Amino acid sequence: MSGKTKTLRVRKTTVNALINYAMVIVVFAATQILIGQGAISNTIQSMLVPVCCYVVMAVSLNLTVGILGELSLGHAGFMSLGAFSGIIAATLLQDAVPAAPLRLAIAMVVGGVFGGVGGVIIGLPVLRLRGDYLAIVTLAFGEIIKNVIQVLYIGLDENGLHFATKEANLALSETGKAILKGPMGATGVAKLASFTAGFLLILITLFVVQNLVDSRAGRAILSLRDNRIAAESVGISVTKYKLMAFVISAVLAGAAGALYGLNYSSTVASKFDFNTSILVLVYVVLGGLGSIRGSIIAAAVLTLLPELLRNGAINDYRMLIYAIILILVMLVTNNPTLRGGVDMAVKRIRGIGKKEQTEGGAQ
Amino acid sequence: MSKQYPKPKLVPVPSTNIIPERDIDKSPILECRHLGIDFGGLTAVSDFNMAIGRTEIAGLIGPNGAGKTTDFNLLPKVYQPPRGTIMLDGRDTHSMTTAQVSRAGIARTFQNIRLFSRLSVEDNVKIGLHNQAAYPMWSGIFRLPSYWKKERMAHNLALELLSIFDMQDLADHQAGSLPYGAQRRLEIVRALATGPSLLLLDEPAAGMNPSETAELMDNIVKIRDTFQIAIMLIEHDMNLVMGICEGICVLNFGKIIAKGTAEEIQANPAVIEAYLGKKEG
Ligand SMILES: Nc1ncnc2c1ncn2[C@@H]1O[C@H](COP(=O)(O)OP(=O)(O)OP(=O)(O)O)[C@@H](O)[C@H]1O
Ligand SMILES: [Mg+2]
Repeated sequence: MSGKTKTLRVRKTTVNALINYAMVIVVFAATQILIGQGAISNTIQSMLVPVCCYVVMAVSLNLTVGILGELSLGHAGFMSLGAFSGIIAATLLQDAVPAAPLRLAIAMVVGGVFGGVGGVIIGLPVLRLRGDYLAIVTLAFGEIIKNVIQVLYIGLDENGLHFATKEANLALSETGKAILKGPMGATGVAKLASFTAGFLLILITLFVVQNLVDSRAGRAILSLRDNRIAAESVGISVTKYKLMAFVISAVLAGAAGALYGLNYSSTVASKFDFNTSILVLVYVVLGGLGSIRGSIIAAAVLTLLPELLRNGAINDYRMLIYAIILILVMLVTNNPTLRGGVDMAVKRIRGIGKKEQTEGGAQ
Repeated sequence: MSKQYPKPKLVPVPSTNIIPERDIDKSPILECRHLGIDFGGLTAVSDFNMAIGRTEIAGLIGPNGAGKTTDFNLLPKVYQPPRGTIMLDGRDTHSMTTAQVSRAGIARTFQNIRLFSRLSVEDNVKIGLHNQAAYPMWSGIFRLPSYWKKERMAHNLALELLSIFDMQDLADHQAGSLPYGAQRRLEIVRALATGPSLLLLDEPAAGMNPSETAELMDNIVKIRDTFQIAIMLIEHDMNLVMGICEGICVLNFGKIIAKGTAEEIQANPAVIEAYLGKKEG
């Protein structure tokens, strides 16, 4: 190998990462142009921020499930932590930080920090254990977060934040207002989220995850997935790198949660339940474990699909079609016999073509 | 009558271990004393005493199921030894984890190959270099100067190590797609990448043809000479063991039945009965 080929060598991982950035930027620019021309309906426009949030959720969950190889069933729990802490932070800063984009950015950082703290609290004890304990504990965590927020009342007045488990106990002054009202969730939230913010969050997520994976720490995380015993034998500490991947994943989910929460005037905790965790997991599995691009595409397409199916004659059957598409894709991408069957069918179809050609040639 | 205190059985320490004469002015790199482990009712290893010189190539042989691999799992603490002591470079490894023992200087290969099979050959070696070319996580995320410096260093070191086995051109291949012999060699390269002072090879020649084995023997000696490290290997290929091993240890049913040079081992009646006798006589 000469020095020349070494310096000229462009690595496949770098190319893949650049394609992902390019894809996101092109789609964002195209969408902005279409919005300018009025070619995108209001319903679809209202879904752009959630789409961005789910893309970030899927990419970050892929870090835990696909790249680290640990099953997490409570990713929405971190989103929930991020959403409500972000809403509270944005409300607190209403007067102190008049610039909305800056307030949104701070709220997303706060959401990320809360998500990350949740990740440490869950990950530190559980990731030391061997076996699928993480799945069970994250499942419980998601439900606990939901239930706690459903009984929590948080209010703000000139004396600061008030916490209570009953609205009457909040003891707010006359000018105070309740931000979080138990089962009713957060209400009266100033909508700060924008498509551009979502786009930037996706870019940041790609930057963090892709650069991490293509570095020393990322290789250590991948080595734990491929062969834990061998990884330990070369001096990689299992708990440290498992925790690193899990916490980064939780931080990104928290930031996505903050963006999501600040996209609506009211948000309830039950929005971030087990179903949401499973939905994000479905995006990751359908996009391909470990494939960042797959996660982006699967999350974006599957979030929009139910809306896109809403028009015309198929409207009545849209959820049915959605379910069938999901099941089919899942079966084809994950079932070895079915995948083999599809491969075989493709080969046969090609074979038939060839046969006809040769027969034609012989005649 | 005076009070009766329990009377323990006294055992000699340090044990009567042997190492090559040229290493005698330095303490042994590894010394095991009374090492033992049971699996249920089965005593897989018992009273294992062994010392390895700093630049020794040591052999560990014995019939199938003798406890050789179990021994190789005790030394890097894959199993925490319930009995006995392991001294690595004069340090007791009792409280260390596998990863800590690796950083302290023991590297190993596996009888059943354990590569990071979905990753590239180069990445496998770079993972071996984890603690040799270290930089913090955020430096990797934000591509700080230490990332570029250490990554370039890791890349060059990886190719250099691969060139020991003339494998540098395979750097971009997927590890799992390599032929069997190349996978075994890659495991050795990955182990060497950790910068060990003791390299444990579990059946490095398994599945190799005679010419590959001959090349491997040359390379094991070359590795010892270049890196000035100790190597302990388990092998069923007697040509390899008798050819390059200096101190040889014979295990049978978890117990050491003989220790010595190749000539001494080949002449030992207990060994002939337990092991070599079965082969050809
Ligand atoms: N984890 C384990 N649990 C129970 N028994 C075990 C375990 N590991 C090894 N053994 C048993 O301990 C004995 C020694 O096994 P070991 O793998 O050390 O043999 P070996 O000398 O390496 O043999 P071979 O030459 O076939 O590789 C065998 O009887 C084996 O079945
Ligand atoms: Mg063995």
